[in-house]
Amino acid sequence: MSMNTLMQLASELASGQIRVVDLTQTLSPDFPQITLPPEAGQCWPFRIEEISRYDDRGGGWYWNNFSCGEHTGTHFDAPIHWVSGRNLPNNATDTIPVQNFVGPACVLDCSRESAANADFLLTKQWVLDWEARHGRIPARAWVLMRTDWSKRTDAEAFQNYDEEGQHTPGPDAQVVQFLVQERDVAGFGTESIGTDAGQAMHLNPPFPCHYFMHGAGRYGLQCLTNLDQLPPTGAVIFAAPLKIKQGSGSPLRVLALVPGR
Amino acid sequence: MVKPLTAPRRKNPILRTRLPTLPPGARSRPALGMTAAAAEGRFALQTCKDCGTVQYPAREMCVSCLSDKLLWRDQDGAGELISETVVHHSNNLFFLERLPWRLGMVKLDCGPSVVVHLHADVPAAPARVRVAACLDRASQAVLVAFPPEDTPNMADDRQLREMTCDPKFRKVLVTDGKTAVGQALVQALAKAGAGLIWVGYAEPWKKYPGLEALKQLPQVTLVPLDVTNGQSVKELAGELGARVDILVNNAEVHRAYGIAARYGTDVARAEMDVNYFGLLRLAQEFGPVMRARGADGQNSAVAWVNLLSIYALSNFPAHGTFSASKAAAYSLSQCLRAEMKPSGVRVVNVFPGPIDDEWNQMLLPPKVAPGALAGAIVKALQGGVEDVYPGDVAQEWLVRWRENPKGLERELSE
Amino acid sequence: MKRNRLRYDGIVVAVPVTVPYVRYSIRSAHWFLGRALAELIKRSGIAKRDIDGLCVSSFMLAPDTAIGLTQHLGVSPRWLDFLPIGGASGVVALRRAARAVQAGDADVVACIAGDANQTESFRLNVSNFSVFSRDASYPYGSGGPNASFAFLTAHYMRKFGATAEDFGRICVDQRTNALSFPHALMKKPLTMDEYLNARPIADPIRLFDCVMPCAGGDAFLVLREEHARDLGLPFARVLGTIERHNAFPDDPIQMRGGWAMDVDDLYAQAGVTPRDIDFLQPYDDYPVIVAMQIEDLGFCAKGEAPAFLRANTMTCDGTFPLNTNGGQLSVGQAGAAGGFLGLVEAIRQLTGEQLGAKVPDAKVGMVSGFGMINFDRGLASGAAILARA
Repeated sequence: MSMNTLMQLASELASGQIRVVDLTQTLSPDFPQITLPPEAGQCWPFRIEEISRYDDRGGGWYWNNFSCGEHTGTHFDAPIHWVSGRNLPNNATDTIPVQNFVGPACVLDCSRESAANADFLLTKQWVLDWEARHGRIPARAWVLMRTDWSKRTDAEAFQNYDEEGQHTPGPDAQVVQFLVQERDVAGFGTESIGTDAGQAMHLNPPFPCHYFMHGAGRYGLQCLTNLDQLPPTGAVIFAAPLKIKQGSGSPLRVLALVPGR
Repeated sequence: MVKPLTAPRRKNPILRTRLPTLPPGARSRPALGMTAAAAEGRFALQTCKDCGTVQYPAREMCVSCLSDKLLWRDQDGAGELISETVVHHSNNLFFLERLPWRLGMVKLDCGPSVVVHLHADVPAAPARVRVAACLDRASQAVLVAFPPEDTPNMADDRQLREMTCDPKFRKVLVTDGKTAVGQALVQALAKAGAGLIWVGYAEPWKKYPGLEALKQLPQVTLVPLDVTNGQSVKELAGELGARVDILVNNAEVHRAYGIAARYGTDVARAEMDVNYFGLLRLAQEFGPVMRARGADGQNSAVAWVNLLSIYALSNFPAHGTFSASKAAAYSLSQCLRAEMKPSGVRVVNVFPGPIDDEWNQMLLPPKVAPGALAGAIVKALQGGVEDVYPGDVAQEWLVRWRENPKGLERELSE
Repeated sequence: MKRNRLRYDGIVVAVPVTVPYVRYSIRSAHWFLGRALAELIKRSGIAKRDIDGLCVSSFMLAPDTAIGLTQHLGVSPRWLDFLPIGGASGVVALRRAARAVQAGDADVVACIAGDANQTESFRLNVSNFSVFSRDASYPYGSGGPNASFAFLTAHYMRKFGATAEDFGRICVDQRTNALSFPHALMKKPLTMDEYLNARPIADPIRLFDCVMPCAGGDAFLVLREEHARDLGLPFARVLGTIERHNAFPDDPIQMRGGWAMDVDDLYAQAGVTPRDIDFLQPYDDYPVIVAMQIEDLGFCAKGEAPAFLRANTMTCDGTFPLNTNGGQLSVGQAGAAGGFLGLVEAIRQLTGEQLGAKVPDAKVGMVSGFGMINFDRGLASGAAILARA
């Protein structure tokens, strides 16, 4: 049975009946990274430097060294990332069961609300309304919050800072608890930097998505793109972080399988 | 009287850019004593500790009593022009390309007669003059005789401009416009008549006060530049490197930690990445093209300014990793200086004491105000010096360090 | 109390030799010095092995000095001197060689001077002439001696009211003298208009105030009178000599040379007065220094050279024959050989071996040397009075 399913998957991938959508931002030094107060420890931005390029520094080959933090670019958040998840079993990139890296996705299109209000907060009621249209969020599904934030290609607009900090959409505290406790989701994904809203420092608790998701052993995906190419339901996500020992997260390639046209 | 310099026409793009040449740079070791003082804008001559004779040219012995106890003492430079010439022929390419050239012989009030480059505003001999030591394009000390009182447009003297790095009409890149120092620098350079000022800023999403205001200055263009990102530096150098006459690298990361107060290397790395590797990245991308433009007409490439710190000389443990990064940058700047030397592009190192900014919050005054620091840098460019120690703390440390480096180390560890 | 110096009784100079001057040559200084020695040997008839004293003057012998040259030329002298002191080297070579011969340290001293000139030579020489010039004058326009003498000339003109024409007289009359001297590189007459309208080099110095660097050699022998007689060589006697280095260091700018310190001693030793001098061969790298020599050697008072020049003619047949072969200004300056040019010409005039115009009935002549602009002034000075035998 499963053998047949896999063969069918391969065949439909080959024929285009199933499409693969790349949900990953390109890793580049120009891509903005999370900004913390300057006295705090800082996540390294992505930096890349040639080792050699068919030249005197090597032979006939080209390669680079790169450096970045675990939370650079499109990246995965493991439960160990947050203090609330620090004592959970299998909470780091090297110990998370690999089957958790593959799962269905529900895409919540908040793009209209986000365009109107950069500080838009996703609520439980909004999700219930969504479920009324698309059905109940299945257990162990990824919930991806589409805001079209990834279409802000200008770093300044993407980060959207003013003197009070960042203004980007995210979930409120109640909806996160709802998704974890009542829907048993695998994780929460966003297009902006942070699974939480830009102003989530001022929520209760601060950064509720990090706090409750990771506290319950769930995961996060940030800086996703191309969510507009995904159906509200029916896509399957492949999101496997690098196998970093005791890693709190990692940049990764996030792929979605969607029904073709 | 020297006529005021006028803004140059745009460069004719079909003409070959002349290669840089230098005045003769060979000096004996004793003569380098004058260079050491001139590098800081001082005019010093050898003075005999035993008999007080002031002598020139520099010697190994006192010309009067043959004592070898010779001290370099600052001079006021007062003297009388006793003869002059304008040379129309030279045995050196640098001067050959810049003829005619006015020279004088001055009898200094302190004793010796000296050959000088003669400012155009000094009248015919006999005339009172004020002699100063400047660095020439070979980065060696030479003496210049000025009128005793300042004259209008004094800095625009054709010969003097071949020695100084005056920002007037020159195109300047300030690598970080986000800091108070960077903004003060831009204002000071604009006031000094810089023709164009490019102002770099990294992480454009971070909103810093003052950056917007710079845009109001007609000379200013904001350009993206992150010195931690080799590609960013490369792109900017590719875009405007061939036009930068003066590069002011003020980008720095400063955290107030020693070793024990901050666990891990992230802060130290960030400091090194900007303060040391940032300089290296800039030097690799902007250095070559600036070297090629050392003789590019009235507004040739002339100077590269590094904002270092007096802590580069001796570690200030409370800001220990910052001090180390500045020491590394200082060392690298000496390498850059050697590599820029054939082009005549001067590397100016600025060693301020604590700057009055948020990272020196916990230090009591005196601190260098950003405006004062910017003023000192512009003055250094105008005066053609290469080592600047702005602020009372820097001045005091310098004296203590010169007198007894080990002593300063002990004092700073208290 | 000052002692009277020993006279040079019985010591003579002979065999004036010039290795023809050329503007540029690919030959080295060794070649010109070797040619000079060969010519001395050939013309004197003295065997090479009998040349037991050697005095060498050259700027471009490096990395050799006189000692290296002995092996190069295959001579084994028992007395050797090396005089890299430029314009005073002729007089200084003479007085040292004379004492060596007088004392019996050598029988015959060959005094040879020579320098090469390739297109780069002059530039290399001036750029690395001395520590002080490298530190304190060459970085200022790199004009070399032109700029240094421009200071002295401008100051002299201001101080004593000299005019360009005054200096022009020296150049124009010396050119007249040069026209009959076969080794002179300048072959055409020079008018005062041409002099005054020549291009400026280092104000107030114009083109014809400057010597032309070239390659060449000069030489003479110093020996005992009876030795010269035995060989049948015409000779001139040495009446008196002086030398002085770094004179008047406290003068803010050079207005006088070391001659002024020693000139009385010179005339006393020679037993003559300025009125007895029939010609003067002063060192003439620039006219201003000729004017100073005329003053410092007692022909007129300080500052009166301009008037003196206006009152005299400096040609061989004139009232004050000066640089009778044209001097360096018209013959050329063959490096350190320039310090020998006047001495060799003086010997010729006094022995009747002159190659060009003759100073009528010349019995006593004076040669004067000056050299080494180490920083701001010439350090070396010397003078000699020679007499017809």
